[in-house]
Amino acid sequence: MPDGFLLDMLQALFTILTDGLIYGSYLFIVAVGLTVIFGVQRVLNVTHGSFYAFGAYLAAYLGAMWYESELPDFGGFVIIFLVPIVVGVVFGVLIERGLLKHLYGKDEHIVVLATFAAFLALEGVSLFIWGTDPYFFYQPQAMLGFVEIVGMTYDYYNLSLIALALIIAMALWYFLARTIWGRMLQAVIFDREISQAMGINVTAVFLGTFILGTTLGALGGAAIAPTISVLPGIGVEVIVLAFAVVVIGGMGSVPGALIGSILVGVVRAAAVHEFPHAEMFVIYAIMAIVLVFRPEGLFAPPRVRKI
Amino acid sequence: MKSTYFRFSSIGVAVVLVSLGLATSSALAKDKILMAVPTFLTGGGAPAFGIPARNGVEVIVNAINAGKVPAPYNTKGIAGAQVELIIYDESGGGAKQVTEYRNKVQKLGVDLVVGYVSSGSCAAIAPVAEELKTLTIFTTCGTPRIFEELDKNPKYVFRTMNHGTADNVGLAHYVTKKFPNATGYTGINQNYAWGQDSWRDFDLAMKVLAPQIKGSDDGQWPKLFAGRYGTEISALLRSPEELVHSSFWGGDLEAFIFQGLARGLFKKKQFLFTVAGTAAYRLGKKLPDGLVLGSRGPYGIYANNLIDTELATWFRDAYVDRFGTLPTQGSYQYAQGILGAKYAYEKAAAANGGKFPSTDQVIAALEGATFQGIATEVRLALNNGHQGLTDHMWGISKYDPDTGLPVVTDVVLYKAECVMPPDGVGSVEWIKGGMKGAQCD
Repeated sequence: MPDGFLLDMLQALFTILTDGLIYGSYLFIVAVGLTVIFGVQRVLNVTHGSFYAFGAYLAAYLGAMWYESELPDFGGFVIIFLVPIVVGVVFGVLIERGLLKHLYGKDEHIVVLATFAAFLALEGVSLFIWGTDPYFFYQPQAMLGFVEIVGMTYDYYNLSLIALALIIAMALWYFLARTIWGRMLQAVIFDREISQAMGINVTAVFLGTFILGTTLGALGGAAIAPTISVLPGIGVEVIVLAFAVVVIGGMGSVPGALIGSILVGVVRAAAVHEFPHAEMFVIYAIMAIVLVFRPEGLFAPPRVRKI
Repeated sequence: MKSTYFRFSSIGVAVVLVSLGLATSSALAKDKILMAVPTFLTGGGAPAFGIPARNGVEVIVNAINAGKVPAPYNTKGIAGAQVELIIYDESGGGAKQVTEYRNKVQKLGVDLVVGYVSSGSCAAIAPVAEELKTLTIFTTCGTPRIFEELDKNPKYVFRTMNHGTADNVGLAHYVTKKFPNATGYTGINQNYAWGQDSWRDFDLAMKVLAPQIKGSDDGQWPKLFAGRYGTEISALLRSPEELVHSSFWGGDLEAFIFQGLARGLFKKKQFLFTVAGTAAYRLGKKLPDGLVLGSRGPYGIYANNLIDTELATWFRDAYVDRFGTLPTQGSYQYAQGILGAKYAYEKAAAANGGKFPSTDQVIAALEGATFQGIATEVRLALNNGHQGLTDHMWGISKYDPDTGLPVVTDVVLYKAECVMPPDGVGSVEWIKGGMKGAQCD
């Protein structure tokens, strides 16, 4: 086999894998909050798209002001991590206490409709606050530069999303498996009533979980903001993708969200490089195949039958 | 009795006389002309097209009403009537726009409709405008299908600028001239009608004008509003072609530029952006140098840099005074459509002995007319005098540190007859047939 051909093939494989990991990391960061909330509270939360959008807008707005004021460069990165906490706490409390607490126990379609209505309302709120102008927060991505690997350039910022996704996955694993709060959360997932009977404050667990999920959604938006033009409607695109990943990985499964994201990322990357016209539907084709052969998702946690 | 009869009959005669007087005076003058202006006020199309268009409308209409537009438009109002605007949102798709159009015409009784950015809107509206017999001037939408397929014998519908074929045929001419040694081109376009039509026209035109420059079959087709293009950028970096065609606009264009800049993409590939003029001022210093960029004609950055007629200078200054930023292509295109309406109404009124003209009289005045737009002359020369022809321009972006704004260099002007099909010939068939009859220098 000619050396040039082998080199091209290796470069292609490396590029597809790296692109797939970067895109998969982005999907995971965006989708993991949605799956955590569903796993604990059995709520399919459409407002997740709003948390992403608010995370992006607030980060871009504050970040643009920060850099226009010629303050130290690292401040942009601090903003990326602080904004999600603020959005998570504010919206987590607002939506969970203000809306969801009245809907627990109701049919799931009612909950979906209610969160969809909240999503539309929040779209209007973000339009009211920030208008239709785009917001740019490019500095964090631009200042890190890029590296050439195997003849392909990658910017450090997007490569760092892989690290961020891994840190989130490991932190969530540690939290769930090794901390008392994680054990309590798993107990509530397993059986809400028994957990309550054992003295676990399920209300606090729900609120805490929702704040966590909201924070993760907002982190997705804040982390992506330096790479995009933050505009009305960014939440809409992302919620569709997040749902697809959660369905593929298994609703309520964090490992499922991680592996589902990577699977989607790599398959999509292969399509973009080799069959570009297929890119548009490849994510949804994977979702459809998974739904046909394993409708609960690839890594859905086992559900115990009560009777 | 006799005095009562006389009183009543006097009153009756007075009523008749007053009525006649009122009827006569309403035929002589109309206080206001109600103009509906649809444009994107929300959604992805708003920052790039809709809001600049809305702003351009405000500048031109306020000036028209005050009589402050330079000659030849320096009369107050339109045929003496003050313009009352109804600006509304073009978002929501063709079906919604049809409902809005019917509402404006049938319930609010607008005299005319001027606008539309989206080709989808224009395609939906054209037959309805003919049905409702309402003068409708398309200012911006690009699809050639309007008069080639959907409204082949127009009466009420006009378009006051070139259609989309001119953009990519003009670009192909520019590429052939500026990059004669290029070996190949590929593309990254949004996967919907606008992106597909843009690529098709460019690809066909290049096959005619420069068959030695090979087009790729592996261009990228991301979804509209995808927002993340890392994988596509990798694919473009791996592709052998040095030229990359893109009709990206709005947030997608800006995101792509940020993501491409972070990976040195624009130093490695020569990009041909058909509507990057819309993002030039928003991106400012971040717009890479060396991009071939379009504004769908001599509008926006081209007019701002190169057109210094009294009318263009006045419009630019008035826009900057009001909005603090330079007008972009949408601002010029919408203002151009409104000036076309003013031209036609006043020409028809003059032919009507000074009386306010009927819609039919206005249409007769507008059909086949030539009028001065803000940045260019408009000739309604195709499709029975309903489709406009204007000059077109292409150039290369460069940052000007003195002004702190991007400008265009190496600009080439293309006459309409070089980049638009002749009357009676379909756009695609014209390009495929070798662009016969094109008159290029």
